[in-house]
Amino acid sequence: MLIAILIGFVFALFLAFAGKFFKGKLSILISLIPLGLFIYFLQYIPNIASNQIVTESQQWIPSFGVNLDFRLDGLAMLFSLMITGIGTLVFAYTSSYLKGHVYLDRFYAYLLVFMASMLGLVLSDNIISLFIFWELTSISSFFLIGFNNTNPDSRRSAQTALAVTGIGGLLFLAGALILGSIAGTYQISEMIPLSEMIAGNAHYVLAVALIFGAAFTKSAQFPFHFWLPGAMKAPTPVSTYLHSATMVKAGIYLLFRLTPVLGGQEFWNTTLLIVGAVTMFYAAFHTLFRTDLKGILAYSTIAALGILTFLIGLGTHEALLAAGMFILVHALYKATLFLMTGAIDQGTKTRDVTVLSGLRKVMLPIAIAGILAAISNAGIPPSVGFLGKDLIYESTLNFNHSAIFLTGLAVATNVLIAYAGYVTGVKPFIGKLPTGMEHVDYPPLLIWLPPIILGVLGFVFGMFPSLVQESLIKPILTSVGRDPSQVHLKIWHGFTPILGLSVLTISLGLLVYFLWKPTKSKEDFIERFEKFSPKHILESLAVLFEKASDLWTRIFQNGYLRNYISVIIVFLVGLVSLTLLENTTYRIDYSSFSRLTIYEVVTLAIMIMSIGFAVFTKSRLAAVAATGVMGYSICLFFVFYSAPDLAMTQFTIDTLTVILFVLVLYKLPKYLKLSDYKTRVKDTVISIAFGGLITILALEVLAQPVNEEISNYYAENAYILAHGKNVVNVILVDFRGTDTMVEISVLAIAAIGVFGLLKLRLKSSERKQK
Amino acid sequence: MEFLLAIMTGVLYAAGLYMMLRRSLVKLIIGLIMIGNGANLLIFLLGRITKGHPPIISESSDVFTEIYADPVPQALILTAIVISFGLQSFAIILVKRAYKVVKTDDLDEMNTTDEEI
Amino acid sequence: MKTIILRTASNYLLPILLLFSIFILLRGHYLPGGGFVGGLIASIAFVLHAFANGLKDTKKLLKFHPGFLMPVGLSLAFLSGLLPVIFFDQAFMTGLWMQDPIPVIGSIGTALFFDVGVYIVVLGVTLTIIFTISESA
Repeated sequence: MLIAILIGFVFALFLAFAGKFFKGKLSILISLIPLGLFIYFLQYIPNIASNQIVTESQQWIPSFGVNLDFRLDGLAMLFSLMITGIGTLVFAYTSSYLKGHVYLDRFYAYLLVFMASMLGLVLSDNIISLFIFWELTSISSFFLIGFNNTNPDSRRSAQTALAVTGIGGLLFLAGALILGSIAGTYQISEMIPLSEMIAGNAHYVLAVALIFGAAFTKSAQFPFHFWLPGAMKAPTPVSTYLHSATMVKAGIYLLFRLTPVLGGQEFWNTTLLIVGAVTMFYAAFHTLFRTDLKGILAYSTIAALGILTFLIGLGTHEALLAAGMFILVHALYKATLFLMTGAIDQGTKTRDVTVLSGLRKVMLPIAIAGILAAISNAGIPPSVGFLGKDLIYESTLNFNHSAIFLTGLAVATNVLIAYAGYVTGVKPFIGKLPTGMEHVDYPPLLIWLPPIILGVLGFVFGMFPSLVQESLIKPILTSVGRDPSQVHLKIWHGFTPILGLSVLTISLGLLVYFLWKPTKSKEDFIERFEKFSPKHILESLAVLFEKASDLWTRIFQNGYLRNYISVIIVFLVGLVSLTLLENTTYRIDYSSFSRLTIYEVVTLAIMIMSIGFAVFTKSRLAAVAATGVMGYSICLFFVFYSAPDLAMTQFTIDTLTVILFVLVLYKLPKYLKLSDYKTRVKDTVISIAFGGLITILALEVLAQPVNEEISNYYAENAYILAHGKNVVNVILVDFRGTDTMVEISVLAIAAIGVFGLLKLRLKSSERKQK
Repeated sequence: MEFLLAIMTGVLYAAGLYMMLRRSLVKLIIGLIMIGNGANLLIFLLGRITKGHPPIISESSDVFTEIYADPVPQALILTAIVISFGLQSFAIILVKRAYKVVKTDDLDEMNTTDEEI
Repeated sequence: MKTIILRTASNYLLPILLLFSIFILLRGHYLPGGGFVGGLIASIAFVLHAFANGLKDTKKLLKFHPGFLMPVGLSLAFLSGLLPVIFFDQAFMTGLWMQDPIPVIGSIGTALFFDVGVYIVVLGVTLTIIFTISESA
């Protein structure tokens, strides 16, 4: 399985180098990768059907408990087949849809990265590696949404999507770590038996809230839904694949996957129920006001995701079954509708539903696919959509608490979703063909075949539910720890209230479709409430954030060296003196200090004078000379205090520094007194505080006992081990020889730097002057 | 004496910092040299000072027979002195070069990384 | 600076100072001195010569660019560290010593070669910096 996941990444990398060969006719060949993977996963169907779980484990970072554990169970199987199956069709569709695009190879590389990470996401059993794949899907989605990178809207939408899902990803990481530390393991399958212990933990609510944050952002739940309509800026294959069929379901997948671990608790169920209900109704209501085909589909996708969250929130046996079924149903019809939209867009160059009609005359196969999908979407038998809707109503009706209200809400949502299906899947194809569209090109095979395949599959599964019942639907329940033996999918249940509700949904949907016409003015009407939408609020927050960071940068990163230095020093002095004030007893043991001699006092006096001179003189030459005198005085101190090597080195270096200064002095700028009086006083205060702090620190350290272990070791072994009597030199060339080695390399680098700076002409402007 | 040396170190640091806070490029380098010397002196002082007993084993013996100055800070400072020479010369050349290119000695006018065309 | 006295003196001073710097280098293991100081003294000798006779003369005397000294010294130091690894299968920078000490210099070991490497690098670095600067000044 690891190879199955990695192959996408490897091939994406390969495309980055060899992409130009695939821009032409060969691009269809790339679809062989998802196709191969689809077949690979299909061969495990018998294992899954007989409740065998396929696992594979690879050590990655065992010390952190992070491993590449892959686990193929019913839920993972459903998603893997969707990812690779729809993936195959989308890849093939793309080769025609984006034929001849300059960055086609790049597009395929992104798609492959996405496919591989999505597979990794659904197959990971380790919650940390799941997180990594989760983030990878967000990142590949960012690149795909912003694929038309010359369009500012597209870039903006990509950023919004990345910001929202990225924040969600961080929440996920936090939640995963909390969960892992509660459970003591990062393996999801090992957490399941611990679920009661986890629910009893004090941090349960925090962990769940964080994971909700991740799932809601990824799966576009209210109030984080707004990135999804924006993401429709991506090319249609991306909308089909990522933003309706697979990636947006990652949040649902996570909730589903964690239901046996975290579910069954009041907090879990209630939150999901409320968020799901609000999302599904809010989004379904919004479909009424959209005129862009993709906009309508985006909102109806959000509504569908809301339904899924809602069902997981119900958490009953029937609800989970309904959710599992609905994932499949939705993927089939929504992908068809998106692919159909792409075909219309490509043919007519518009997606405005108010102008499109009668297209059946020019693109019949697309019309068939659209109508099939609309039927499945509305839940008309014998489509698979009917099965899905049935199960939803069954679970709401049998819920033990406010069943009527929940059912009513579900019906209302489904009516509006059905309306959205009719508008997108039926309206463009019926009626009179508007003038100017008579010569729309007939769509090529690769454009019309994929939606037809998906649309027809929706009916095959509807008429013969046994095809998926044993192999896919039942194992889903098993994988969340429920007993699937009672499941029996069929079209005809007899005359039950559920059938009544289905009929009601279908006909009310039709009624809305006939009575309500989407117009531009209605879209404008809803746009007026944009000010209160979460999107607007987030954007104003982002602007505020930008302003705050701008201000921050202006204050602290203003490009003035002395501001940087003074800020750092003031903080340093402040913090250190605070600590000193709290923890120190000032005791200076004068008796341990050595006696003063006249030489020392004179040297000190010379040094103080030279420093003062260097600071206050107006002449550069005098300052350099004073610095030299200062160096020689330090040299004298080294002589006084038993450091002949240091004295020699300091003396020679000081000489060379003065020579160096003299050589360049007249090329250097003259001294200028630039600062005003106030600045100088301020700087003096800072400097004196800093110097005082250093003095106090030095005295404090001197009051502490000294550890001479290292020095004694070197001193005792200098002759015995290293045959040398000058211990300083022995340390340099023998005991710490490697350090010296690196040090002389640094010196050489400095010399090369000097040489380079002076000999090379770095700037073009300089060359011109010569 | 240690007390006076500690104050001396403080003075070196203070003077160095004051010079670094000035707007003139040459003063910046002199400040750098001062702080470097201050650091050397600080390390030297904290290794405790000893008069008249360099860390050199006498000719007649294989080990130290008397007290000796701590050799470790001396080794540290020796390399620091030489390295600071490399640093200083690099800084001087950088200043010279910057002066030539930007045509200003005022650090306040060198606050942008972008070359103005 | 180009006075006759200084020029004449520097002609004699150069070999004497160089000899002195080598003396300082060699005695470093036993008495104050060593590669760093030795190299610095040697470079002062050359700088003095350059001051008295002009940079061109000094460069002519050197015959090659002082920058070449840096890789030479670095490789010498590195090889002396590598020697025990190659021939004696010991750790990098293990000190190796000849049995009998030689008069004046004392025992000869890898540490001495390392110190000579340091000497050459320091000389190369200092001369490169000073020559480059005085050329462009």
